[in-house]
Amino acid sequence: MSDADAPLLVAEGLTKYYGRQLGCRDVSFSLYEGEVLAVVGESGSGKTTLLQLLSTQLAPSAGRVRYRLRDGVTRDLESLSEAERRFLFRTDWGYVHQDAALGLRMNVSAGANVGERLMAVGWRHYGRIRGTAAQWLDRVEIEPDRIDDPPLVYSGGMRQRLQIARNLVTQPRLVFMDEPTGGLDVSVQARLLDLLRGLVTELGLAAVVVTHDLAVARLLSHRIMVMKGGEVIETGLTDQVLDDPREPYSQLLVSSILPA
Amino acid sequence: MHPLLQLTGVAKTFTMHLQDGIRLPVVAGVEFAVAAGECVTLAGPSGAGKSSVLKMIFGNYRCDAGEILVRHDGERVDVARADPRLILELRRTTIGYVSQFLRAVPRVAAIDVVAEPLVAAGVGRDAARARAGELLARLNVPQRLWPLPPATFSGGEQQRINIARGFLPDLPILLLDEPTASLDAPNRAIVMDLIKEKKARGTAIASIVHDDDVRARTVDRVIDITRFSASVPIPKFAQPCGTL
Repeated sequence: MSDADAPLLVAEGLTKYYGRQLGCRDVSFSLYEGEVLAVVGESGSGKTTLLQLLSTQLAPSAGRVRYRLRDGVTRDLESLSEAERRFLFRTDWGYVHQDAALGLRMNVSAGANVGERLMAVGWRHYGRIRGTAAQWLDRVEIEPDRIDDPPLVYSGGMRQRLQIARNLVTQPRLVFMDEPTGGLDVSVQARLLDLLRGLVTELGLAAVVVTHDLAVARLLSHRIMVMKGGEVIETGLTDQVLDDPREPYSQLLVSSILPA
Repeated sequence: MHPLLQLTGVAKTFTMHLQDGIRLPVVAGVEFAVAAGECVTLAGPSGAGKSSVLKMIFGNYRCDAGEILVRHDGERVDVARADPRLILELRRTTIGYVSQFLRAVPRVAAIDVVAEPLVAAGVGRDAARARAGELLARLNVPQRLWPLPPATFSGGEQQRINIARGFLPDLPILLLDEPTASLDAPNRAIVMDLIKEKKARGTAIASIVHDDDVRARTVDRVIDITRFSASVPIPKFAQPCGTL
């Protein structure tokens, strides 16, 4: 089996209980390189729990996640040492939080926020780090004269773009995104979405995007998973699920969108 | 030689769960085939299911029963049973679709909207843009519009962007849903030429065309979709017993 035919990430029967409270139950899927999967559903449907299980920030009550590392070997993520897991997070994975303050260091400069990821993978040459950081700020449409400002003084949309630059600078193969456009103005959302869409295609990124916004799912994702009460109730090609939803809850979601 | 596209026993029913689970049967037992270089058109009144059939072929609507076989990479593939990855691959290399309406993506320039399918198929961005520009020029889309996102374009301009996007890649199967609906006569004539050129190159075309002129000059065969209508009420005796 060639690399392109082997999934990058495989979730098998992922289940999480918080005490007796169900987070999510029996979620299984495969994600391939360059593929964007949207996870949609209302608050409390288990979307974020799933994202945290996939990215090993939570330990599952049952089930497992397998990931194909850069050396081509597929490993059960639970079998990785803490150091290996941290290395994955710094290099091959990105995580875009809804709240930029969780993904950025708010008091250090934008350039350092991006450069820090490079230093974590061994870059030492100051000029090269700054140069690469500047290139990435440009790619996410942040003016070059803002490189020394801390994200604390950035707008919400700029913070999100900076977070994306910080995540992508190490050329990860997989990016997790938790409501990447949540809480932003509509015009700011459109710009961010377009930027994300371009970068994902250009870099051939695989991504798992949690969103309650079906427009985000339609624009960014190839496949969609609809969750309700902790379970996956419908899955398929994004435009198929959105244009021809089969399950009652999916039909409700799709029909609840207000026309612009 | 198998036809490029062949439907057998295709059926579609919508179940509206939010309206007490009412079932809306659209079509059943749809059978037709399209050979290379042939253009067929689906005929029937509004609501007969013409667009639904095209959407099932494109994998946009799910198919409840039957087979939708397409020739892909030298093999016959059933769209009705294809997984999402295969459907996306089919759309890149085998099946093109021109819908009535353009789904505009914010901030993407018209020229890139048109070039995108070529880029996705691996053509370099500059080469793809050059070919997109040629086609836009042929369709009389003014060059000053090319760098602008089409969201604010007129209906006819948007439709020509859509047509350019659908006709640019040379895919073996092309689905056309009223491609000339909002075009003036000169542009309609250009689209007819484009259709004829596709046919000459061996493309199998399934279309919905209301314009008599366009029909007379491009269509080889009419398929009456009302023959496959499923919207006849089910007779009482055919309903399952034992339930209220």
